[in-house]
Amino acid sequence: MAVTQKLRDGAWRVVELITTPVVPADYLDVIAPLRNPTVLRARIEAVRPETAKAVTLELRPGRGWQPHRPGQYVRLGVDVDGVRLWRAYSVSSAAGRSDGKFTVTVNAVENGVVSSYLLANARKGMIVHLDLPDGEFLLPERRPAKTLFITAGSGITPVMGMLRSALHELSDVVVVHSARTAEAVVFGAELRDLATQGRIRLIERHTRADGRLKPDALADLVPDLFERETWACGPGDLLDDLQEHWADAGAADRLHIERFRTVVLVAGEGGTVTFEKSGLVVDSPGGTSILEAGEAAGQLMKSGCRMGICYKCVLPMREGIVRDLRDGTITTASEVDGDKPLIQTCISAAAGPCRLDA
Amino acid sequence: MTTLQRKEVNPIAHLSPEDIEQIGRELDAIRDEVLAVRGEKDAKYIRRMIAVQRRLEVGSRAVLLFSVLPPAWILGTIGLSIAKILENMEIGHNILHGQYDFMRDPKIHSTTWEWDFAAPAEQWKHSHNELHHKYTNVVGRDNDLGYGIMRVDEQQKWAPAHLGQPLYNFINACLFEYGIAAYDLELGRNLASKRRRNNPDFRARLRQVGRKIRNQMLKDYVAHPALSVPVGLAFGNPFGAFFGTMAANAVANVVRNLWSHSVIMCGHFPKGVETFERTSITGETRGEWYLRQMLGSANISGSKLMHIMTGNLSHQIEHHLFPDLPASRYAEIAPKVRALFEKYDLKYVTGPFVVQVASAWAKVFRLALPNRKPARAIDHTIPPRHPAEATV
Repeated sequence: MAVTQKLRDGAWRVVELITTPVVPADYLDVIAPLRNPTVLRARIEAVRPETAKAVTLELRPGRGWQPHRPGQYVRLGVDVDGVRLWRAYSVSSAAGRSDGKFTVTVNAVENGVVSSYLLANARKGMIVHLDLPDGEFLLPERRPAKTLFITAGSGITPVMGMLRSALHELSDVVVVHSARTAEAVVFGAELRDLATQGRIRLIERHTRADGRLKPDALADLVPDLFERETWACGPGDLLDDLQEHWADAGAADRLHIERFRTVVLVAGEGGTVTFEKSGLVVDSPGGTSILEAGEAAGQLMKSGCRMGICYKCVLPMREGIVRDLRDGTITTASEVDGDKPLIQTCISAAAGPCRLDA
Repeated sequence: MTTLQRKEVNPIAHLSPEDIEQIGRELDAIRDEVLAVRGEKDAKYIRRMIAVQRRLEVGSRAVLLFSVLPPAWILGTIGLSIAKILENMEIGHNILHGQYDFMRDPKIHSTTWEWDFAAPAEQWKHSHNELHHKYTNVVGRDNDLGYGIMRVDEQQKWAPAHLGQPLYNFINACLFEYGIAAYDLELGRNLASKRRRNNPDFRARLRQVGRKIRNQMLKDYVAHPALSVPVGLAFGNPFGAFFGTMAANAVANVVRNLWSHSVIMCGHFPKGVETFERTSITGETRGEWYLRQMLGSANISGSKLMHIMTGNLSHQIEHHLFPDLPASRYAEIAPKVRALFEKYDLKYVTGPFVVQVASAWAKVFRLALPNRKPARAIDHTIPPRHPAEATV
C-alpha cells in the first residue's frame, strides 16, 4: 500500500510540475468547473418560479459537497455584474435525494442585489459558487410528539425543507404562516395540499387583509402552544416578539429560531475599526485612511505605495462599511454572508463600525 | 526635473500649480467614468482571456508531443510563444496589478495569482507596483530606469563599463525573466556586502526565487520534453523528441522575453519621455503625480491584436495613470486622455512599435558614450510647487 501511495504521490508531483505555476485543477476548470477539488461550485439545473417574488433553483453540487440536514442553509457566491457576492439561502428540498441535487428558494429582498439578480437572471446551466451547508436550525433526531412551525414570508423556506424531509416521521404538526396575500404564499399549493390530506394543520394569515400576527393571538389559534416544540423563521421583529412571549411563559427552551439578515449597513462618516487579531479598537475619522488610523494607534500594518495602486495593504473585512477616499465607492461586508472582501486600507476610510481580520 | 534628452525647453513651464491640480481632477473624472461601468464585461473579458490562453497552451503542448515532426515543432512553438506572451502580459501583469480584484474571485486576484515567469509574483509586485508605479522615472528611485545596469540619463556619470550597455541590454532582453527576478532581489546591492548577503530576509527571498526557477525549468526543460518521448519512440527518435520539445520551450521563452522586454522599453525609454529628479517628488500632490505619469510614459500605436499582445501596455500612458483599472478599458479612455494632453499642451508620446523600439535602442547606444557637452544643471524649481509646499 505504502508503495502505491508513494507512486501515486510521485505521479501527482509530476502532474503538478507540468502545470506549474498554476495547479492542475485550474486547467480542469476550463472544461469541468464542478470537478475542482478545492473550489466548491454548483450548476443550476432548473429554475422554477414559485410566486412573483420567489424562485426555486435546482442545484447540482460539484466535487466536495456534503449533504445538508433539513433546516440548514448554504451560502451561494453569485457573480453580480462581475462581482462575486455571497448570500445565505435555506435549502428547500428534502434531504437525501438520490439524484444528489438540492434546491434553494430565493425570495426577493427589498433592494437586495443578489436576490433581484437571481430572480431576473438565473438560468439553467449557470455556475454558482457554494459553501458547505451550515446552521443549527434543525429537527432533533428524536422527533418531538407535537411540533409547531411559525413562519412569515421567506421564512417558510427552511421549514419547507424540514417538512419535505421529515413530515412522515412527525405526527402532530401545525404550521402558522404569514404572507401578504394568498398568492404571495411561497409553496402555497403544496402546503394547502398537505393540509387537505390532513398531514399538517395549516393556519394561513394574509397580513394585507388581517394585519400582522401578534404572539398574543397565537393562543387562540394553537391552544396547546407551549406544549409544542416550536421552530420559527421570519422577520426580526416577529422573532423578537416570539422570543419574549416564549420567555414570559417560561418555555424559551422549546422555541428554536432562525434569523436571516440581521445587519443593515448605512454609510456614515468614520467609525470604530476593530482589529480582531490584535484586539485593538481605533476611532477612525471619515477623512482618514484606516491604514493611518491603525498605524497611529500602534497596529502593525503592511503598506506599500500608500496611494491605492499596489494592493499591498489589503486586509479582509469581516463586517463593516468603508468608503474609498479617492472616488467615494462604498464597500460593505456582512458576517451573515460570510464573505470577507479585501479592502485597501491606505485609501479606505471607515463609513461605520468595521471589524478587520487582522 | 531632468530630462533624458536634455531638453532646451521645459515641457511644463506653461502650467501653473492650479493647472496641474485641474489636470488631476479631470483625470479623476475619467477614472470615475470607468469605475461606473466596470463590471460584468470586464469579468467576462479576463475569464475568456484565461480560457483562451489555457486552451492555446494545452493545444500547443499537445502538438509538441509530436516535436520530432518539423511542422508540429514549428506550429507548437509558435502557439506556445503566443500562449506565454498572453499569460505574462494581458493576464499575469494585469491581474497582479489588482485590476480584477474588484471581482472578489479568489482565483483571479492579485494576492493569489502566480505566473509563468522566473520572478515570483510577490516579489515582482513589490518592485513593480509599489516602487516603479509610484516613483515612475524618478532617477535613483525607479530601478526600472536602466535596471540598475545601464546609463539612461545624461545626468548619470559615464563610466567605461557603459560602452558595453547595448550588449547588456540585448542579453537582458533574451533572459528578461531572470533579469527581472534578479532585479526584484536587488541582487547587485544585496550581494555587495557580507552583511547584506547574510540578511535572513534576503536569503528567504533568494530561496523563493530559487524554488520558482527550479519548478519553471523542470516544467519547460524536463517534464514536457519527457512527455514527448513516447511519441519519439514510435518514430524511432526519442532523443530528438526530448530535445526538440526542450528547444521549443526555450524558443518560446526567449520569444516571450524579447517581446516583453521590447514592449517595456517602449513604455519609458523612447524619445520624448521625461525623467525626474529625486527631490522633485517630495510632497508631491496627486495632480503632480498624475503629471509625472503623463510625461514619463509612451504609447505604442497599432491594432487591437497589438494591444492584446502587449497586455495593453501599448497604452502605457493610460496604464500609468490608472494602473488598477482593467487594461482592456485603456483603449476606450485613450482619446479622452489624449484630448487632455492637447488641452494642456503636453506631448502625448506615441508611435508604431518598430519606431518606438528603434528610438529606445538609439538611446541605449547614444548614452553608452559620454555626453558630448556638459550635462545641463538641474532646475530644482520644476515642477512648480505651491508656495506652502516649497519649504517642505
